[in-house]
Amino acid sequence: MTLNILVAVKRVPAPGAKIVLTEDAQRIDTKHLGFTVSPHEECAVEEAVQLVGKHGGSSTVITLGPPVAEEQLRTAISMGIDHGVLVETDEQEWDALATAAALTDAIQTLEADGDRFDLILFGNESADAGNYQVGIRVAHALDRPVVSGIKAIEPTDARATMKRAVADGFEVLDLPLPAVAAIKEGINLPRYPAMRGRLLAKKAQIRRLTPQRRDGGMRRVRLHHPPQQQAQTQMLGTGADAAPAVAALFEEVGLL
Amino acid sequence: MSELPDRASVVVIGAGIVGNCVVGHLAARGWTDMVLVDKGPLPDPGGSTGHASNFIFPVDHGKELALLTIDSQRQYEEMGVQVMPGGIEVARTEERMEELRRRMASAKAWGVESRLVTPAEIKELVPFINEEILLGGFYTPSVSVVDSLQAGTIMRQRALDANALTVSTMTEVEDLEVEEGRIRAVVTDRGRIECDYVVVACGLWSPRIAAMAGATIPLIPTVHQMIDVGPIPQLEATRSEIAFPIVRDMDAGMYERQNGGDMEIGSYAHRPILHDPDDIPSIEESPLSPTQLPLTEADFDAQMEDALELMPELLDTPGAGVKHGIDGLLSYTADGAPVLGETVEVKGLWSAAAVWIKEGPGVGKMIAEWMTDGEPEIDPHGADIARFTPNQRTWHHIRARVNEGFNKTYGIVHPREQWESNRFTRCSTFHPRTEALGAVYFEAGGWERPQWYESNAHLVEEFGVEDRPHEWDARWWSPIINAEHLALRDRAGIIDLTAFSIFEVTGPGACDYLQRMVVTNVDRAVGRVMYTPMLTHNGGFRSDLTVVRLAWDRYRVITGGPDWGRDLKWFTDHLPEDGSAHIHDITSAWCTAGVWGPRARDIVQSVTDHDMSNEAFPFGAAQEVVVNGIPTVMLRMSYVGDLGWEIHAPMEHGVKLWDTLWAAGQPHGMVAAGGGVYGTTGRIEKGYRLMGAELESEYNPVEAGLAFPKVKAADFNGKAAYLKARESEPIAKMCSLTVDDHMSAAGIERFMNGGEPILTRDGQRIADAHGRPSYVTTAGAGPSVGKHILLAYLPTEHATEGNELLVEYMGEHYPVTVRSNTRNGVFDPDDTRMKA
Repeated sequence: MTLNILVAVKRVPAPGAKIVLTEDAQRIDTKHLGFTVSPHEECAVEEAVQLVGKHGGSSTVITLGPPVAEEQLRTAISMGIDHGVLVETDEQEWDALATAAALTDAIQTLEADGDRFDLILFGNESADAGNYQVGIRVAHALDRPVVSGIKAIEPTDARATMKRAVADGFEVLDLPLPAVAAIKEGINLPRYPAMRGRLLAKKAQIRRLTPQRRDGGMRRVRLHHPPQQQAQTQMLGTGADAAPAVAALFEEVGLL
Repeated sequence: MSELPDRASVVVIGAGIVGNCVVGHLAARGWTDMVLVDKGPLPDPGGSTGHASNFIFPVDHGKELALLTIDSQRQYEEMGVQVMPGGIEVARTEERMEELRRRMASAKAWGVESRLVTPAEIKELVPFINEEILLGGFYTPSVSVVDSLQAGTIMRQRALDANALTVSTMTEVEDLEVEEGRIRAVVTDRGRIECDYVVVACGLWSPRIAAMAGATIPLIPTVHQMIDVGPIPQLEATRSEIAFPIVRDMDAGMYERQNGGDMEIGSYAHRPILHDPDDIPSIEESPLSPTQLPLTEADFDAQMEDALELMPELLDTPGAGVKHGIDGLLSYTADGAPVLGETVEVKGLWSAAAVWIKEGPGVGKMIAEWMTDGEPEIDPHGADIARFTPNQRTWHHIRARVNEGFNKTYGIVHPREQWESNRFTRCSTFHPRTEALGAVYFEAGGWERPQWYESNAHLVEEFGVEDRPHEWDARWWSPIINAEHLALRDRAGIIDLTAFSIFEVTGPGACDYLQRMVVTNVDRAVGRVMYTPMLTHNGGFRSDLTVVRLAWDRYRVITGGPDWGRDLKWFTDHLPEDGSAHIHDITSAWCTAGVWGPRARDIVQSVTDHDMSNEAFPFGAAQEVVVNGIPTVMLRMSYVGDLGWEIHAPMEHGVKLWDTLWAAGQPHGMVAAGGGVYGTTGRIEKGYRLMGAELESEYNPVEAGLAFPKVKAADFNGKAAYLKARESEPIAKMCSLTVDDHMSAAGIERFMNGGEPILTRDGQRIADAHGRPSYVTTAGAGPSVGKHILLAYLPTEHATEGNELLVEYMGEHYPVTVRSNTRNGVFDPDDTRMKA
């Protein structure tokens, strides 16, 4: 069987140890920051590339975001994804409900044009908002089965076996395709984008869709960043002279 | 962490390669009670040292940076933190091959072993390179990779072991206290430290820190992009951090350097990306470090294509990808050189900034010598922070020049090349007139100076001047220069010299003060013009000056346009503490025109009632002369070796002065002549030395042929060393040589530009007993003697008239002959014209 897979990603800032907010506390100040996707989403992209590599088919990456989010689509393409779709918004943050509704519309548009997705992969949660909702809402709206926390996918004839990590091992799930899965970091080791891939991705056609915004009930009042505990380095000594202090510390924290 | 003391001899701010090397070298010179602070942790506080590629290509066209780099390599080696994988600068174009031939000459001049290699030889050294797109390379086996963090740790530890240093990390400098123009204390978030000296070694934060004291350190944080590509099994298999030579892909503006199992690719080809020093993220806010910003990928795309073309199989290895990429911040300056030395604004506040890994230990040593002895061993004039004029310290200027200069990092830069940005900021009062005459302007000391005049093009035919057949030799040059020269020698020339720096020294102690500053006896009659060296304490050249006594308590000191800041600081620093002498910078208040040539007296006499005869106005005299109602001061002297005067007038009279002289000169065939004549052809025929070329602190007046017959009784800076130098034959002498045959193997006549090594007739490099190499300090035409003239220091055994030697130029050797080993040069050595 060949597989037609869609992966959804979200452009998020990659902050340092201290997160700086804008003056109106509505967003993260990204002046000095680069952008990325969550580690779960990186793994979802890698999983799609590997599954299509193994079973044949085609992979597509989709994101809902401002025009600059193309960067994240092209990174996914440079890792081996075949197509990119940008559901273009303004710079405003869309909540989980609005995002899920717009993605659902977009997926229906893409499928109406002939692409039926056997698998739709999300990251388990986004790196910034962490709502754990969008994948489940999209699956519900499309009336497809959904599982989250997925650490393995093995497709077989119109079905897929998936593994989900629990405290003492795995839950093994079997579900019919088409299905939706929220991928958990650790399912694979994502590859680095190849140089040649980057150059090809630069030239790749990105399909653009214009969403209708349908806000849900959730509204952001402001962001708040709790004060961080400042890490302090303390030199216990150098060379052999440091040994007693190290031993004392180990005792204090219960290692000895 | 040690407690911060409340008092220190010196506080060094910044624990990167530079700050660590400064404390290490200061400790070696006996300094104690030092404090080193950094706002980050050790060993990598987050500055540019932490993301440096750490490789060193020792060959540089410029002498000062080449010597600092070679010294730094020696220090890294001594510390045991250096490996030498070698390095190749590869050429994709014929123009680059020519540049690599020029590189060979610089390598030979500074004593670095290098050789040109064929594409096949490159392939042998770097098996994964696509040699098909290459024409050749410049291979230097001593290209090295160093561990700069470990070097910093070792240097710091040396100061700690000497009980000379307290180190305080995670310490933010909040203020610098200044009292009466002197640094007094550093205020940090961990306490206040009173101190006599502060060294700002904070890399790209230096302008911010200096501003706390009201001082400027003119540099700007600029992005250098790099990526890390891997994993690459072929590199992993070497089980070494670096086994293959580093490749500099010069035409693509980038380098490829093995980094363990990865290939690091860096670029100076992307658009210039400048940052604001006040807008660098803090350590906590930075994803990696404050100087490692996220890669702006789009700027790197073209470089990826170039890299893939050069190393296709290696970089296309399945599974290898871009593991990491940054917009790394480095410090760039308006002219590309570091900014070193005491700031001009605050005594005791020193800058050691805009320094790369390749110069770090050398700069540490230089700063320590400078702070301890008042001057370093290597002449620092090109890196001296005092070199900038006020307009060159502005952000406007720095931004303009770094935007223009960034892509020249790996560029082919002609020795006479002029900047395009931010020009015509500082113009002579004669500018409207020189512009109307079609002046082509060169920049000097921030001034615009006519280099030659297009309106003189007809003189080329009149005097039968030949063009230079090779484009490189003719670039930033014109045969009009030689024609102006011949017209001046034949009739007369007027030269705009307003770019001169002019200081007035006044007060009852003016004479005593100047006596202490310069070699010549300045206690002479009013109206006397004196040429004199000014020495460092070690007896090397600090400057050379014209000093004019205008009254018993008033002197005028004239020095070169580019020497303004350094000389003004040196004079100011040595003013008597009792206030008996003062110095005023009157550069912007006076304009200067020179009129020289056999008709000069007729011309000047025609516009004044003053007696201009040789009897009334002899050579070496200065007199107040009214010209067409304009009060001027005229100096009977010449840097071009002909009869005439330097005419100084208050700036506001400039246009009328020019118009008067111009009109008077027309019946005599006077031409406007540019800096090409004044600075090169006229002076070099006379063998006159130029500060920064022939004259530098490495050489003394005896070697330069500028020692006076008698030594004055009064004490002066460098006197002991000067007396000692006079006791014996010098080990090297400044000589004038001429080129005997210009014909290249390709049958094209070639003309050296300066910087080339002088070799023995059998092609051996020449260096004197102190290891100082013989190279061309100035090269230029001598139109009146029909020869191309080269100035060079030669070991005394080679410095004999008639001695036949070679000069290497663009990979070929040309025969030269020593014509003079004295100050007299090759044209009119008895000065009969000048004294007519």
